Amino acid sequence: MAEIAIKKKRPKNLDLPTIRLPLPGVLSILHRISGAVLFLLLPVLLWLFQQSLASPETYAAAKAVTGSFLVKLILLGLIWLYMHHFCAGIRYLLLDLHKGIDLQSARFSSKVVFAVSIALTLIVGAKVLL
Amino acid sequence: MINRIVVGAGYGLKDWIAQRATALVMAVYTLILLATLGALSPSSYEAWRAIFANGFMQFMTFLFFVSLFYHVWIGVRDIWMDYVKPDGLRLVLEIATIAALVGYAGWAAKILWRL
Repeated sequence: MAEIAIKKKRPKNLDLPTIRLPLPGVLSILHRISGAVLFLLLPVLLWLFQQSLASPETYAAAKAVTGSFLVKLILLGLIWLYMHHFCAGIRYLLLDLHKGIDLQSARFSSKVVFAVSIALTLIVGAKVLL
Repeated sequence: MINRIVVGAGYGLKDWIAQRATALVMAVYTLILLATLGALSPSSYEAWRAIFANGFMQFMTFLFFVSLFYHVWIGVRDIWMDYVKPDGLRLVLEIATIAALVGYAGWAAKILWRL
């Protein structure tokens, strides 16, 4: 059965710029991109964590580094990536449990993910960065 | 062509479960950390250090890091499998990923165990 389905010639439209991705699709690719970016920045984040805990002097140095507006903006972006990955991940866990798998609920829950992750980003950002 | 039907082994199932189990651990830790930061509002080195020097948080933070690195391994390996087709290059990237993550795990342990 599976063999036949694979061999059948299907029409393909993989011209990426012409595909208008629905919101769950945007959520999905952002889930991957956020994971990849956070992975690439792990050494920087670990280094910052280490500096913040090693001694009062390195703590002050880390605080100075994160004091600049540009670094704060980057950190806010990273918090958003983390929160997006977190919220989208919870949505995927629910989908795994067959919760909300019909089209309408799936589209709605992707909106919820964007709203909640942005709200969490602003709350945590205000708490940590201000 | 041999009509091979692949059944019986847990192809990828272990990783699939591990990805979700580690995600749950990290999600719980995230909530614990946010609640802690919200409640204590650490504004000095001493207060910040005390959070992670606490035995429970030290254990949970290390558990978070181990979960994170395992989770990252599965996710990044999926990315290499999706986009990197030459076997040699993919193997190099996978080994580099494992090497980095094992190194990070040692680094994380060092950060936490000195507290």
